[in-house]
Amino acid sequence: MSLPTDTAAHRWDIDPILSVEHLFMRFGGLVAVNDLSFKVGRGDITALIGPNGAGKTTVFNCITGFYKPSEGRLVLAHQRPPTDPELTAVTLNGERGLAGASSSVYLLERLPDYRVSGDAKVARTFQNIRLFTGMTVLENLMVAQHNALMKASVFSIKGLLGLPSWNAAQKAAREKAVYWLEQVNLLDRADDPAGDLPYGAQRRLEIARAMCSDPILLCLDEPAAGLNPRESLELNALLRSIRADHGTSILLIEHDMSVVMEISDHVVVLDYGTKISDGTPDAVKNDPRVIAAYLGVDEDAVEEVEAEIDATIATGASS
Amino acid sequence: MAAHTAESASAENAAPASPSAFSHALKDAFFAGLIMLGLVGPLVGFETVIRDGALGLDYRPLTVAVMVAIVFVGRLILNLTVWSPNRVVKTRTGPSPMARAVTAAGPAFKPALLAFAVAFPLIAVLSQGGLNESRYLIDLGILILTYVMLGWGLNIVVGLAGLLDLGYVAFYAVGAYTYALLATSAPVNDFFAALIGEKFWADWAFWICLPAAGIFAGVWGMILGFPVLRLRGDYLAIVTLAFGEIIRLVLINWVDFTGGGAGIASIPRVTFFGIPFNASEHGFAALFGLKFDPMHRIIFLYFVILALALLTAFVTVRLRKLPVGRAWEALREDEIACRSLGLNTTNVKLSAFATGAMFGGFAGCFFAVRAGFVSPESFTFDISAMILAIVVLGGMGSQIGVAVAAAVMLGGMEMLRNLGFLKQFFGNEFDPSLYRMLLFGLAMVVIMVWKPRGLVSTRDPTIYLKEKKSVSGDLVKEGHG
Repeated sequence: MSLPTDTAAHRWDIDPILSVEHLFMRFGGLVAVNDLSFKVGRGDITALIGPNGAGKTTVFNCITGFYKPSEGRLVLAHQRPPTDPELTAVTLNGERGLAGASSSVYLLERLPDYRVSGDAKVARTFQNIRLFTGMTVLENLMVAQHNALMKASVFSIKGLLGLPSWNAAQKAAREKAVYWLEQVNLLDRADDPAGDLPYGAQRRLEIARAMCSDPILLCLDEPAAGLNPRESLELNALLRSIRADHGTSILLIEHDMSVVMEISDHVVVLDYGTKISDGTPDAVKNDPRVIAAYLGVDEDAVEEVEAEIDATIATGASS
Repeated sequence: MAAHTAESASAENAAPASPSAFSHALKDAFFAGLIMLGLVGPLVGFETVIRDGALGLDYRPLTVAVMVAIVFVGRLILNLTVWSPNRVVKTRTGPSPMARAVTAAGPAFKPALLAFAVAFPLIAVLSQGGLNESRYLIDLGILILTYVMLGWGLNIVVGLAGLLDLGYVAFYAVGAYTYALLATSAPVNDFFAALIGEKFWADWAFWICLPAAGIFAGVWGMILGFPVLRLRGDYLAIVTLAFGEIIRLVLINWVDFTGGGAGIASIPRVTFFGIPFNASEHGFAALFGLKFDPMHRIIFLYFVILALALLTAFVTVRLRKLPVGRAWEALREDEIACRSLGLNTTNVKLSAFATGAMFGGFAGCFFAVRAGFVSPESFTFDISAMILAIVVLGGMGSQIGVAVAAAVMLGGMEMLRNLGFLKQFFGNEFDPSLYRMLLFGLAMVVIMVWKPRGLVSTRDPTIYLKEKKSVSGDLVKEGHG
């Protein structure tokens, strides 16, 4: 934001919260993600876009531990990015991460899914909403604070005895839930079953639930899918406030360009599992490769476009 | 107002349509009767008899005529009433009258049920006119409460965590054999005799073994839990079923340790916290200045199982409001979402298995002390199926529903034994107890048709902000392993 003209000074290069390095994901013969590398800047809103089937959700599943990548390294840095020797040491000693006072590094590809959220603090939402439909809105947010509450209740022993310290912890958790309900404008539906909410509200609740687990990186899989334009605007405001008030970095997959171009600081474009563009929204918007991937080009025009691309790259490099 | 117009409109419609509707109903009933005649004609109409040493045929036209007439008339009545095309179907808005009645009686129902359970021995004694006469009723009460407790225990695994467990009887067996083996063990007895006193182990065995039985069963719950962590749905059900059978087969075949099929007999009886129920001067009756009666022990057993069942309910209700209980329910709703929120689903599943198994172990320990005898025959799949049926009928996850279902199923089964009055209709050779299981099965089918999600299908939220609204059963998932 300070030095937009200098390409080397992008925040995601200086202070990445997550570095995806040479990520491969193969399902049998199918290469869903092919040598993907990109960085997510701390405090940035990063969008991962691409045509259907480009492998975006697969990347998400790798980051959040639901898939084990075939190859690659996913480095998540709390506080400050690790230095190269630190990173090499962690990688070589086979540990899942390095938690220290000044910096904690987690190698996400080595963590089981629940620890990606619990320890590394990467929360996610799902493309097809996954709420606990039979539980109330408030209960959904309480489940999200499971690990904190489990610690506070000393594995339920304090809670079983009804000790005051547990009641205080429970109250604090409730207040946090209420805070997030206010943020997503669902306070008056707190006692309704989550499955009864309209679609847009379910999307917002899922984001609130993810935020209740105190993430430092929030991964949103198509948060604007199925929202009307007004709801999309509200979503933009919500995501901005999440970043501004909580310093949570956001990585999102989105097809709705009004959302992507409006709020992202950084856009990564994927096509057939390969990165085809990476940069600020404006740079990506004008990238001929992106236009070709999205709009498609004729068989005859391929060479033409490629030539044009090469020319662009040549001029870009020279300037 | 609207209903009134609808009614008058339907009456107008019905008037001209009536003759054709009636003839249609008659025709339909006639064909139904014809089909019935074709079915029962050969099946019921002929009877093979042995006449003078040779096989002969008897004809039963009257029985056939009665059966066909029942179908014809029944079908006709149904056609004219329930299935009538002119019938105005009352559309219901809001909860059914039944649900409203339950909501209205809800706050009073639980205390009333509890008060009845506490006062039950007194009621039984007063109504039967004596301690000994009330034995049957109190034994029945003990049986029902044992199943209530088992139902509540299994409810944690099946109802809350959504893990279908068909081998719950294994934990019941582990609890029972823990007590049976420890209480009859000579080395343990000698150890305590040397340490504290000669009679100590005989007097205190039950009270010391009760927690031990729960812990052992809980550990076995975890041992079962580990291999089935990755299984879901049908596969989980089959493995747990096999686990139940394995435990039983081990009990039968490990003769040196468990006594094999002959079981373990003369297990020490329950004591009043160290005071035995016997006629001696140190017995319960003498100490409390009562006349000795063996029923004291039975009534005490009733209160022991009542206390154990209430403990199960209390712990379950408490746990539901704690993170671990919410995690169980969240697991039932959506396992993947659980993992995305940092819940270690392995631990969540194991804790559900262990907690459920622990209560099964308590109940098993109680079973052993009540019967004074355990054998593998007491721990067959039937028991698992019965407990599961209680949980499903009661409404998965509901405490009160499970209690009512246990009382209805076991009490109802017992009541069906007392259908002697039917002999007046069907003659002295009629044995009503033979139809017990038939009626029982029919009742289960009726309940499942009428209330497919069990007696209490709604779910109570564990926390609320302004107003406690129960969650409709349609939204609550059943879990899939």
